[in-house]
Amino acid sequence: MIEFRNVTKQFPDGTVAVDGFSLVIPSRQFTVFVGSSGCGKTTILRMINRMVEPTSGQVLIDDHDVATGDAVRLRRSIGYVMQQSGLLPHRRVIDNVATVPYLTGVSKKKGRQEAFGLLRTVGLDESLAYRYPAQLSGGQQQRVGVARALAVDPNILLMDEPFGAVDPLVRAELQTELLRLQRDLDKTVVFVTHDIDEAFLLGQHVVIFQKGGIIAQQGSPAEILANPASDFVASFIGADRGKRRLRVSDIAADNGELLLVDGNGHPAGVIETDDPRLGAGTGPKSRSVSNKTDQAGDA
Amino acid sequence: MNWVWTNFDMIWGLTLSQIWLSVIPIVVGFLLSIPLGYAASRSKAARSILLSAGGILYTIPSLALFVSIPVVIGTSLLDPTNVVIALTIYSVAIMVRSSADAFASVPEPVQDSATAVGFSGWQRFFAVELPLAGPVLLAGIRVVSVSTVSLVSVGSVIGVSSLGFLFTDGFQRNFFTEVWTGIIGTVIIAAVFDLLLVLIGRLAMPWNRRVSDRKLRRVASRSAVPVS
Repeated sequence: MIEFRNVTKQFPDGTVAVDGFSLVIPSRQFTVFVGSSGCGKTTILRMINRMVEPTSGQVLIDDHDVATGDAVRLRRSIGYVMQQSGLLPHRRVIDNVATVPYLTGVSKKKGRQEAFGLLRTVGLDESLAYRYPAQLSGGQQQRVGVARALAVDPNILLMDEPFGAVDPLVRAELQTELLRLQRDLDKTVVFVTHDIDEAFLLGQHVVIFQKGGIIAQQGSPAEILANPASDFVASFIGADRGKRRLRVSDIAADNGELLLVDGNGHPAGVIETDDPRLGAGTGPKSRSVSNKTDQAGDA
Repeated sequence: MNWVWTNFDMIWGLTLSQIWLSVIPIVVGFLLSIPLGYAASRSKAARSILLSAGGILYTIPSLALFVSIPVVIGTSLLDPTNVVIALTIYSVAIMVRSSADAFASVPEPVQDSATAVGFSGWQRFFAVELPLAGPVLLAGIRVVSVSTVSLVSVGSVIGVSSLGFLFTDGFQRNFFTEVWTGIIGTVIIAAVFDLLLVLIGRLAMPWNRRVSDRKLRRVASRSAVPVS
């Protein structure tokens, strides 16, 4: 469990990025911070591994104040993945994966041995091991970044817009893989994004931020979609633009299935009609169905 | 040409002393410029102070510096140490700017991520920032190397022997073979130093070569398109 207790951050130039912020992040769950840029979500994420020190307040991991220990040791125990991967350009892929084990004194031989296993875990071919990061595609670099973060088998994984700079197809692939990894590895993941669809796709627990590190709403994607807490949230998740409002189209699909379109008339998918709640067989009328859209819906 | 062969021992001796007098300022200047350049890349105030100090030092004429150093540190006027110290001052003066730029060129996301995964300050400096500053440091030290080799020759005016002696002596005797020998010798030393530095850079920074090879190939293939 990660807990923020009344945390404030004022930067030396006087701007207050976060003011009196409190939040509990559940263990072994996928939590997503989502908000537009400059809302303080990255600042808050970076307080967990003390890349940013709060001006006042406390950050606790399993009831232990992070400020009391050694910052370098704390960081080595937490996985961190960032946009543009942040790999060391002068080290080979395999040595990048083994970065943290090397720092803690693991031999090159043992570090590389374990790193090969991690490359397989993130779905990278071993033939890439001795390349330099610049010789990899953006998606491959992000996979290496994830492998590096997993190298010390951390309980906590922090991810700061890790898929922000890769193209949509690769992003969808990486998202699927990340969900698989989270199921297999059972880590506490805190993921930052400005993309609400990514947040709803990945997050078990979603925290929507407003400017100044203020929480607009938090909960499961379903809870948020069903009951947006404010106009801001409704607008942010696209409910007000009809993006999330699906209705049955007049065009009939095969097998008696119904074609769904969103508020703008774009096809969003088909729905099976054997659900008794739909009153099967009545044909396309103006029934309205709210739905948690997936990525494909707005691609 | 005959003159060169008959005087080869003298020319070789002068060459060795020229090399010796250049290597020390290049190496010492490089080492000193690293902490100074790093400091300059970390704070705006340090940067403006160090870079303007470097600029001012570099404007002192070399002869003036050669003759004033014995006064300051009490060496004899003919001591080669004077030339070595003066050239070290110049090499730091030039190199501090390159070094500051080199450390500023290390991408911020890489520095951030190094901190995030748990590099301590010193580890980050030696394992991340210094190697990644390498390409710009190399470019700087190549300029310093050429300029130092040519400045050593000026030392012969105050009697510190180097290939520069061949210019002064040749001019006095109106004997241009000797002058040319001096010039060509100096150019060869500068060229060999440069080649060595490039080689050291290739060996020490293999990642840099591969990346630039790839960039070159990409550029080459792109420019090949309209032709075909």
